[in-house]
Amino acid sequence: MSLGEADIRRLARLARIGIDAETARDVQAKLEAILGLIDELKAIDTTDAEPMAHTQDVMLPLRDDIVTAHDERAAFQRIAPAAQDGLYLVPKVIE
Amino acid sequence: MRTIAEMRHALATRAISSVELAEQALTRVTQSQPAINAFITVDRDSAIAAARAADAALAREDASALAGIPIAHKDVFMTAAMRTTCGSRMLANFVAPYDAQVVARLREAHTVLVGKTNMDEFAMGSSSETSHFGAVRNPWDAGRVAGGSSGGSAAAVAAGLVPAATGTDTGGSIRQPAALSGICGLKPTYGLCSRYGLVAFASSLDTPGAFARDAHGCALMLNAMAGHDPRDSTSLARPAVDYAHGLDASTPARPLAGLRIGLPGEYFGDGVDTHVAQAVTDALAELRKLGAETVDIALPAVRYSIPVYYVIAPAEASSNLARFDGVRYGHRAERYADLVDMYEKTRAEGFGAEVKRRILIGTYVLSHGYYDAYYLKAQRARRLIANDFIRAYAQCDVIAGPTTPTAAFPIGAKADDPVQMYLNDIFTVAANLTGMPAMSTPCGFTPDGLPIGLQLQGNHFAEAQLLNVAHRYQQVTDWHLRAPPRSNA
Repeated sequence: MSLGEADIRRLARLARIGIDAETARDVQAKLEAILGLIDELKAIDTTDAEPMAHTQDVMLPLRDDIVTAHDERAAFQRIAPAAQDGLYLVPKVIE
Repeated sequence: MRTIAEMRHALATRAISSVELAEQALTRVTQSQPAINAFITVDRDSAIAAARAADAALAREDASALAGIPIAHKDVFMTAAMRTTCGSRMLANFVAPYDAQVVARLREAHTVLVGKTNMDEFAMGSSSETSHFGAVRNPWDAGRVAGGSSGGSAAAVAAGLVPAATGTDTGGSIRQPAALSGICGLKPTYGLCSRYGLVAFASSLDTPGAFARDAHGCALMLNAMAGHDPRDSTSLARPAVDYAHGLDASTPARPLAGLRIGLPGEYFGDGVDTHVAQAVTDALAELRKLGAETVDIALPAVRYSIPVYYVIAPAEASSNLARFDGVRYGHRAERYADLVDMYEKTRAEGFGAEVKRRILIGTYVLSHGYYDAYYLKAQRARRLIANDFIRAYAQCDVIAGPTTPTAAFPIGAKADDPVQMYLNDIFTVAANLTGMPAMSTPCGFTPDGLPIGLQLQGNHFAEAQLLNVAHRYQQVTDWHLRAPPRSNA
């Protein structure tokens, strides 16, 4: 599997990871090597195999419908990079 | 004192206090840091306070089997009031608002938390070299890796700093460093120990577990860690089991009579170092002497476990690590033009190269047009691997083989070659894909003096059986008691 420069830029944009031109080539080479490894998957006949998402055939349990969470906003916002008046601060997104 | 049992005996007979044990551990940790770098954070004051509380519990004689025992947590478990970094710049100053469930359970058992151990960044690695806080070094040879990703916990136990530590195992991250560091490491059945408060890497594979010098120590740790937790939707409600039950009993002549050990041809082929293969062969001979019989089995789909794993784990990681956006917690870039630029700079600065690679691979295999060919295909192949093991456990009770193809490799040897690094996990990832328990126990040394691990795998919920096999083996061998030169063990 070969990846072009445009593929790397697209993946980086989707993943919201800035990649400069200098490291892009190294990233490209290493991702291609990893994709070479996982391309071995193509050799497997999986026709009758059901996709497996959980290690055991168990139903996800339902909790009783009662309130257990309590307000911890202040504790959570104390560790935020920028918060004010109970709100998380981010760069302006609308004019 | 090497083991939890020895420390427990000394505490019970008042030969030593928990505060004294904690002082010793703290001193050893400080002395060892320049050489092996096993810890990221050490908190002396909280350790001494916990030790005082443990001494009080011991005086009341209602204390748990782990009361007063110094331990360490892998720095991927959240701890209130002690920072949790995941070995990443992204979380270098992160102090979680609450304890992980495993941490809370071990606190309630009056263990004494000495500190948080070094690890591959976000648990992604097999050598503990990708940490923002520097590589962990192997106590047996400081020029070599301690294994990963829980390398700090493994090195801490191997060097005799603490008798036990927690770890997480997503593709071998407990068993592989246990093997490379010469100690015992247990990955339980998926769902037995809660993932609540564990910083997620690959949620369908992440499994909390334990390191200790011996199988008995792992059993005591599992007793405290296992249990249903409604806050983890994949946590299983199971009757409580005493995993240490019977391990104290005297050993009959043939304690493993009736046990069938499966030997998969796939684990004994090319690519296994000859010294590793010989040590495992010798261990199997010991197990036969103890009464076990060995049967040849086949796991034909297991050879696809590396490609399957390196689709599923990065896919889940790319989703889980989307939360690190510089808004709610963790690192935020200082300068940025707008919101998207803030995300991209924050994540470029906060994550190391391997974490970025895995996020990008995960993004790729989940992206439009590739989902069926990679992610869905891998999930189907995962089913074939699980079916192999289900069939195998009709023929045998446990499966044995080497934990790793080679002993510890030199620091830097594979750091720039992700594919070579990934192939370290060749014998360990299948147990994560199936969710079945597995452990590593020391079974010998290379001529260079590097430890070798024997992997024992079992069916779902077979922890007690695995621990019993390892324990019986440890009764007739002393590999698990060997200590590296200049260590305090």
